Amino acid sequence: MKRSTLSMLAAAVLLVALPATSIAATEIQFWHAMTAVLGERVNEIAAKFNASQSDYVVKAVHKGSYAETLTAAVAAYRAKQPPHIVQVYEVGTQTMLSSGAVYPVYQLMKDNGVSIDWNDLIGPVKSYYSTGGNLYSMAFNSSTPILFYNKDLFKKAGLADKAPTTWDEVEGMAKKLHAAGVKCAYGSAWPSWVLVENMHGYHDQPFADHANGFDGLATTLKINGPFGVKMMELLARGAKEGWFTYGGRANKAEALMTAGECGIFTTSSAYIGNLTRAAEGKFAWGTGSLPRLSGFAQGNSIIGGATLWVMKGAKPEEYKGVAQFFKFVASTENQAWWAGVTGYLPLTNAATKALEASGHYTKNPNQKTAVNQMNAGKTTPNSQGIRLGNFTSVRDAIEEQMEYIFSGNKTAKQGLDDAVAKSNEILKEFAALYK
Amino acid sequence: MKRTVFPNRWLPYALVAPQLAVTIAFFFWPAFDSLRLSLYRASPFGDRLIFIGLGNFERLLADPAYFRSVATSFVFSALVTVLGLAVALLLAALANAKIRGLAIYRTLLLWPYGIAPAIAGVIWLFVFHPSFGVLPYVLSFVTAYQFNWFLKGWVALTLIVVAAIWKQFGYNLAFYLAGLQAIPGSVLEAASVDGAGPIRRFFAITFPLLSPVTFFLFTLNMTFSFFETFGLVHAVTQGGPGDATSILVFRAWKDGFEGLQLGYSAAQSVLLMLLVVALTAAQFRFAEKKVTY
Amino acid sequence: MAVSTRAATAGGTVAAAEIIGRVPATRRRDWSGAIAHAILIASVVMLAFPLYYAFVISTQTLDEVTSLPPKLVPSTHMLQNYADAWTRAKMGRLLLNSAIVALAVAIGKIAISLLSAFAIVYFNFPGKQLVFWMIFITLMLPVPVRIVSTYQVISVLGWVDTYWGLTVPLMASATGTFLFRQFYQTIPDSLAEAAQLDGAGPLRFLWSFLLPLSKANIAALFVILFVYGWNDYLWPLIVTNSPEMRTAVIGIDSLIPRTSQLPEWNVAMAAAMMVLLPPVVVIVVMQRWFVKGLIETEK
Repeated sequence: MKRSTLSMLAAAVLLVALPATSIAATEIQFWHAMTAVLGERVNEIAAKFNASQSDYVVKAVHKGSYAETLTAAVAAYRAKQPPHIVQVYEVGTQTMLSSGAVYPVYQLMKDNGVSIDWNDLIGPVKSYYSTGGNLYSMAFNSSTPILFYNKDLFKKAGLADKAPTTWDEVEGMAKKLHAAGVKCAYGSAWPSWVLVENMHGYHDQPFADHANGFDGLATTLKINGPFGVKMMELLARGAKEGWFTYGGRANKAEALMTAGECGIFTTSSAYIGNLTRAAEGKFAWGTGSLPRLSGFAQGNSIIGGATLWVMKGAKPEEYKGVAQFFKFVASTENQAWWAGVTGYLPLTNAATKALEASGHYTKNPNQKTAVNQMNAGKTTPNSQGIRLGNFTSVRDAIEEQMEYIFSGNKTAKQGLDDAVAKSNEILKEFAALYK
Repeated sequence: MKRTVFPNRWLPYALVAPQLAVTIAFFFWPAFDSLRLSLYRASPFGDRLIFIGLGNFERLLADPAYFRSVATSFVFSALVTVLGLAVALLLAALANAKIRGLAIYRTLLLWPYGIAPAIAGVIWLFVFHPSFGVLPYVLSFVTAYQFNWFLKGWVALTLIVVAAIWKQFGYNLAFYLAGLQAIPGSVLEAASVDGAGPIRRFFAITFPLLSPVTFFLFTLNMTFSFFETFGLVHAVTQGGPGDATSILVFRAWKDGFEGLQLGYSAAQSVLLMLLVVALTAAQFRFAEKKVTY
Repeated sequence: MAVSTRAATAGGTVAAAEIIGRVPATRRRDWSGAIAHAILIASVVMLAFPLYYAFVISTQTLDEVTSLPPKLVPSTHMLQNYADAWTRAKMGRLLLNSAIVALAVAIGKIAISLLSAFAIVYFNFPGKQLVFWMIFITLMLPVPVRIVSTYQVISVLGWVDTYWGLTVPLMASATGTFLFRQFYQTIPDSLAEAAQLDGAGPLRFLWSFLLPLSKANIAALFVILFVYGWNDYLWPLIVTNSPEMRTAVIGIDSLIPRTSQLPEWNVAMAAAMMVLLPPVVVIVVMQRWFVKGLIETEK
């Protein structure tokens, strides 16, 4: 009795004394672009890390959209006050790589003696963000496009409860849905990312020269070849016949699916979280892999989302903290947690296995679709990713032409040719900076 | 001019100093820097700065999309200005009678001036919403045409024109009303005694007498529609669909702040400046000849 | 033509309320008054309708928003929506930021314009013409045209994401200086002469004589600048990054249902209502001076 009271007293004294003797923690600035639920999750993982040790404190700061966050980082860097970590969308990869302003992640980890099994990263993620086998930015939130469908609307149109697997099936089903009075028989968000970039990778078709920019700065797009034109013609036909409804750029069109108006819909797998919440009690839905166009090879879908880049200009002890944070984020336990609550892809094979083992995928089969799709694909030079300078402007140029095609103002070939011409000019501008 | 002046030597410099300081720091320095930057090809992070002379300008002037943007800006401005003024003038002329409560009407007409273009845009965005908006709903009884402004450029342009005119309308109307009320009745009576009908009276007398107001409102609406509608486009259409609503100021911002092509964006700013200078000069020239005081 | 010189200047636009009693009663038929009322009422309704509609939406539940036909009568969910908008967009902070920007820009610009205009009109000094033109040129280049470089200047000064960065650059243009210059030029010379004879120095003259006379102009300019500062979109968008430094007009952007979020237009409209209220109130309350001050000065 007496001994335990004594030890309890000792513990109490220590607890009181300890804060007074602890050293101030090093602060790490982490700028990100996540909002709503995802923003809360980012705060959660930062809080978890902060609670797990007392040397470093990660401050997660929301800076706006992906574009705004990157601009903010650029401005801060120019003013010599960059954040330690910045979340940059996949489109900004080449800009970051060429900038000379980043501290490559593999280098950071090596310098700080933190070992990570790089080979356990899932193939598409590793290939997208590595050069020469070395990872430059830390994988964080990656997704890939998949197909969603509204089971209630399928029933209404007399369709079986099964996702279409080919574009022919999509066309057939969409026509039936349209005939049954569905407002948006087939729709898609992220027009360029899903319907051009991913479709090319999915069918092992080149998007740009120099192996999509991996073998050197790309200066020519290749999206106006037979595959690209065939894909666009299908969509143009859909727009004209009314079974394909164009809903705007970025993820604007998701509003249509959320409102229960779309029968078939393609968008990022990260949409699962929002759709689950929005459709609850309203309509039933399911997922499937992206549809294929017959007569073309098997490639893989390309990842989207963002990664964490480390900026130069901070102190060594701060970089130690960054390395520790990355190690924390990459741990199987945290990866599994993060993927499970956000719907983003689990970034390591170990995390995927953990999620399976815990029965997570049994309870949430839709979250497995993206994983299955990536595993079923083949990573080829055409599907390892896309790295373009000024990619934001290129995507804009492509989507601008897509809008002309969908509204019937240009033929598919004409629109694609114009997109290529405009994009090539943009790419050459970037390349001229670094020749 | 007359002018009694005060004899102090240093005081005037002290008085203008604050304005000059702000003007130099936030106007001249950036303007020159813009000019300078427009001659370079710049990387986002500043690691590369390559002098290319007039390269950015050549690129702009060889780009049909740029001229489309110029055209869009002019069309947009013209619609907002001309339509806005014409309708306001028409209604003001019809409402120009000796009535009570003009001050109350004025209050009730002026308040939209206080609404930010972006907010006006958001409200009209909802009114035009293809799924829930009241306007497409009402129109659906008249025609099966889909007013989907995501895809149809002219619908998107109409949307922002309507929102912009709505915002400015009360202001235009109030000023025209005041202008009309200031025209002495005796002038118009004399004309009607001379046998001039109402329409002739209007064009021969009223309209010329209103020309200073027209000039003032014209300049104001023009400037507003070229620059202050940035928020409207950014909040509502983001320049789309295609580039149907990509006005010059929006384009310059987008290439600079989203595309991170700083030199190219600076070149657009320089051209925009030249355009505004030319427009303002033209307006003042025109005013000198036509505006009767 | 018995017109005052005032009516003949500035296009003869004198505040309607002032002279409405003095316009000679023309022989118009009775129904022209009724037409005028009808047209004005129609205009008022037309202008007010979108706002009324927005207000109605801001009181609805989510289901009511997404259902057709649209309802035109306010519903019951008002408090909930406004509370939602307030907490989700952190409206308190946003409105505070907007208020700070609007007031700082209005007051700052009035102060420096007043002083400059005074110097230009009431003094002769070497370089006066140059100073005048330097100030005039700023009218040619509104902020959007020099955004990239102004931003660089701000980042060099370390003013990104600060109140300084939000307010000071907006004080650079010359509209106020011109308003005051035009106005001072209409003030009879005899006033300044008398003041000098009395032994008053220039600052005393400014404070005791000019300022009281300038009240209408100051009020008009205050309204214009307050509305401008409150509603400015592009500059706060560029110069701020953190959500807590943004102004209200751009801060509510996150509430606008663009994409995969629920189409919560009711909350978005509630936010819009809260944001547009202060400048509209300023206009309504001060509109007499607003119109008077603007109309009386030649543009």
